[in-house]
Amino acid sequence: MTTSSVSDVLTVQDRGGPGQPLLVVKDLKKHFPVRGGLFEREPQFVHAVDGVSFSVAKGTTLGIVGESGCGKSTTARLIARLMPPDSGSMVFDGDGVAEYGGMALKEFRRNLQMVFQDSFASLNPRLTILETIAYGPQVHGMNKATALQEGRALLARVGLEPDQFASRYPHELSGGQRQRVNIARALAFHPRLVILDEAVAALDKSVQAQVLNLLQELKAERQLTYVFISHDLHVVHYISDEVMVMYLGKVVERGPVERIYSAAAHPYTRALLSAAPSMDPSQRTQHSPLMGDPPNPINPPNGCRFRDRCSLAQDVCATNSPLLQAVEPHAKHIVACHMNDPMSGYSHAAVNSTKLNHLEVSV
Amino acid sequence: MTQPLVCVKDLSVQFTGNRKAQALSQVSFDLAPGEVLGLLGESGSGKSVTLRTLLRLHPDRTTQVSGSVQVAGHDVLSLQGKTLNHYRGGIAAMVFQEPGLAFDPVYTIGQQMIEAIRAHDSVDMRTAQQQALQMLERVQISQARRRLDAYPHELSGGMRQRAMIALALVCRPQLLLADEPTTALDATVQIQILLLLRELQKETGMSVIFVTHDIGAAVELADRLAVMYAGRLVEMGDVAQVVQQPLHPYTRGLLASTVSAENRGQPLQAVPGSPPNLANLPPGCSFAPRCSHANAQCHREVPKTVLRGTSALACWQPVSEGQVW
Repeated sequence: MTTSSVSDVLTVQDRGGPGQPLLVVKDLKKHFPVRGGLFEREPQFVHAVDGVSFSVAKGTTLGIVGESGCGKSTTARLIARLMPPDSGSMVFDGDGVAEYGGMALKEFRRNLQMVFQDSFASLNPRLTILETIAYGPQVHGMNKATALQEGRALLARVGLEPDQFASRYPHELSGGQRQRVNIARALAFHPRLVILDEAVAALDKSVQAQVLNLLQELKAERQLTYVFISHDLHVVHYISDEVMVMYLGKVVERGPVERIYSAAAHPYTRALLSAAPSMDPSQRTQHSPLMGDPPNPINPPNGCRFRDRCSLAQDVCATNSPLLQAVEPHAKHIVACHMNDPMSGYSHAAVNSTKLNHLEVSV
Repeated sequence: MTQPLVCVKDLSVQFTGNRKAQALSQVSFDLAPGEVLGLLGESGSGKSVTLRTLLRLHPDRTTQVSGSVQVAGHDVLSLQGKTLNHYRGGIAAMVFQEPGLAFDPVYTIGQQMIEAIRAHDSVDMRTAQQQALQMLERVQISQARRRLDAYPHELSGGMRQRAMIALALVCRPQLLLADEPTTALDATVQIQILLLLRELQKETGMSVIFVTHDIGAAVELADRLAVMYAGRLVEMGDVAQVVQQPLHPYTRGLLASTVSAENRGQPLQAVPGSPPNLANLPPGCSFAPRCSHANAQCHREVPKTVLRGTSALACWQPVSEGQVW
C-alpha cells in the first residue's frame, strides 16, 4: 500500500523485531457474577475465561475454536480491552499493555482492531459508511480531509466503488457489503493485529468465500496478524496457521493447524473435528461423537472440565486438572489431557495414541 | 409408480405489502412418500418461502400465490377453516430454525404438546399426556417426565430443538417441513439432531423437506437435492449427482466456494457479485449477471426447466463434466 498518504499520526513501527511475538497473553481470567435467587447464599460465577495464555507470532493467523459458551468471544473482548480482565497481562510487541512504563491503552487500541459477527449492529446507523470509516482516525488526530480521502481509498480496496457507496447508510447495503465496510473501518487505523470474531459466520457461502479471499489478500498486503474466532472448523482450517481449542473457559489444545487437524491429541478436539457433516453421500456420519449439550459454565466440574462428556475419563480426571504440556516430540503442539502425561496416573497414558484412534468407534 | 405425496406445480409467490418482492417463480417438484428432499440455497433464494407456502403461513392479504400445491390429496392453496387446521400439524408439520421463538414462552412443553394432541385427536388428558411423554422419550430427551413440566427457556438449545421435533411429530404427520433446524446449533449438537431426524424418518416413513444453506447438513440427510436461486429452482437431482457432478453454474460455484482442507493456501473460487434484488429481477436468467458462462440468450430469456425423471435443470449453458468453473 502507499504509505505517502498516511499521515504521521497513525504510523506504527515494528518495535520488538521479527522474533518477538506480536501479542503475548498470560493467564487471562474473567468471571462474571450471576445474580442468584433471593435466598441463595453462595454467589455464583460464570467462569467465562479461566487462565488463558497464548502468543501470536507476527504475520500469522491464530484460529480459536470451540462450542458456544467456551469463552472464545470473551477472550477476544478481553484482548481488545472492551472489558477489563479480572487478572492476567498482555504484552504487545514487547510492551506491556496498560501497565506502568508500557503501552497506553489508546495506543494499543489503534494497533488492534476488531471485526464483529453482526455487521449491522456494529455500524452506526446515522453515519454514512465513509463517515464511519473516517471517524476513528479523526479521533486519533488525523485531519478530516486526509481521513476522508483515505476512507475512499479503503472503500475501493475492499471492493466497494467509492463514488457509488461512500454516501450510503448501513441499511442500504447487503450483509457482505457491510462486512467489507467493517473491515475497511478496522483497517483505517493501520492496525497490526485484527481480531475477527465470527466475522464471516453470518454470510452466505458464496459471499463468505469472497470475504475470506479479501482477508487473505489484505493480510499479505499489509503484514497483518489475525486472531480468527469461529465455530466453523472448515474456515479455521483454511485460514489459520495455529489453532487453539477452548472448552469451558480453558485452552485444551493448541498447535500448528496441520497437527491439530491430522493428529489432535485431546478427545474433545477429536470429537469436534468428527462432528462436521460429511460431504460425501456414500459416507454419512453414523454415530454422534459427543452426546449432550455443552455444559453450563457456572461452577464447572473440578478436575478435567471435559470428563463428563469424555468416554475415556478415569478417576484421575475427576481429581486433578490436566495442565498444558507438549505432545512429544512436537514442542509447539500442547494439550491439556492426562492421557498425554505419563506421570498423571492415567492407566493408558503411555499408549494414548492407539487408544485415541479408536475413539470414533468406541463412542 | 407410487403416487407422490407432495406435488407442487408452477408455484409463484409474490409479496405485495410494503416491500414488494417476487419471492418464488414457477417452482415445480414432486416428493414421493418416505423421500427426503433437501432444499439448498442462500438467504433470499426462496427456500423458506416454499416451506411456508406449503403450510400456508403467509398472510393472505399481502401475498399473491399462483400455481398448485397438492399434499396427500389435499389442494393446499384452497384449504379453509377446520380442514386447514387439520392439515397443519395433522398432515404436514414444521420444525423451525429458532425453537426459542417458536415455542410459547408462558406454557410448559407438556402443555403445548397436549394442546396439539387434543386439537387433532379426541383423547382424554391422561392419554394425551402419555403420548407426549412417549414422544419426548423418543427424541432422546433425558428425564422426559421432568421436561414435560419445564418451560422452553429452561431447556438448552439442543434440547429445545428436540422438543420442537417432538411437538411436530406428536400428531404423526406424513410430511415434515424442517426450516434450517440445525443452523442455530453448535456442530457437536447439530450432528446429533441430524442423526435423530434421519432415524425418525426411517422409523415413521414420513417424507421430509429439509431447508438448509449448509451443503454438509443436506448431504447427511437428503435423498434428493434441490438448489434454489432468486426464487427459482435451478437444479434438482440425486444427492450424489448434485454434489459430485453439478450441472448448473450456480451449484458448481456454491460447491467451489465451500471451504475445505484442500484449498488451504490458495484463493477460494468465489462466485463474484451478490444475489439479485427480488423486487427487480433481471429479465433473463437471474444468475446470468454473476455467471461466467452467460451469453446473450441467458441475459434475454428465462431458462426453461428441463425435467428428466426426478431431476431437473434450468440453464441455457449447463456445465459439462470435467469443465473447470
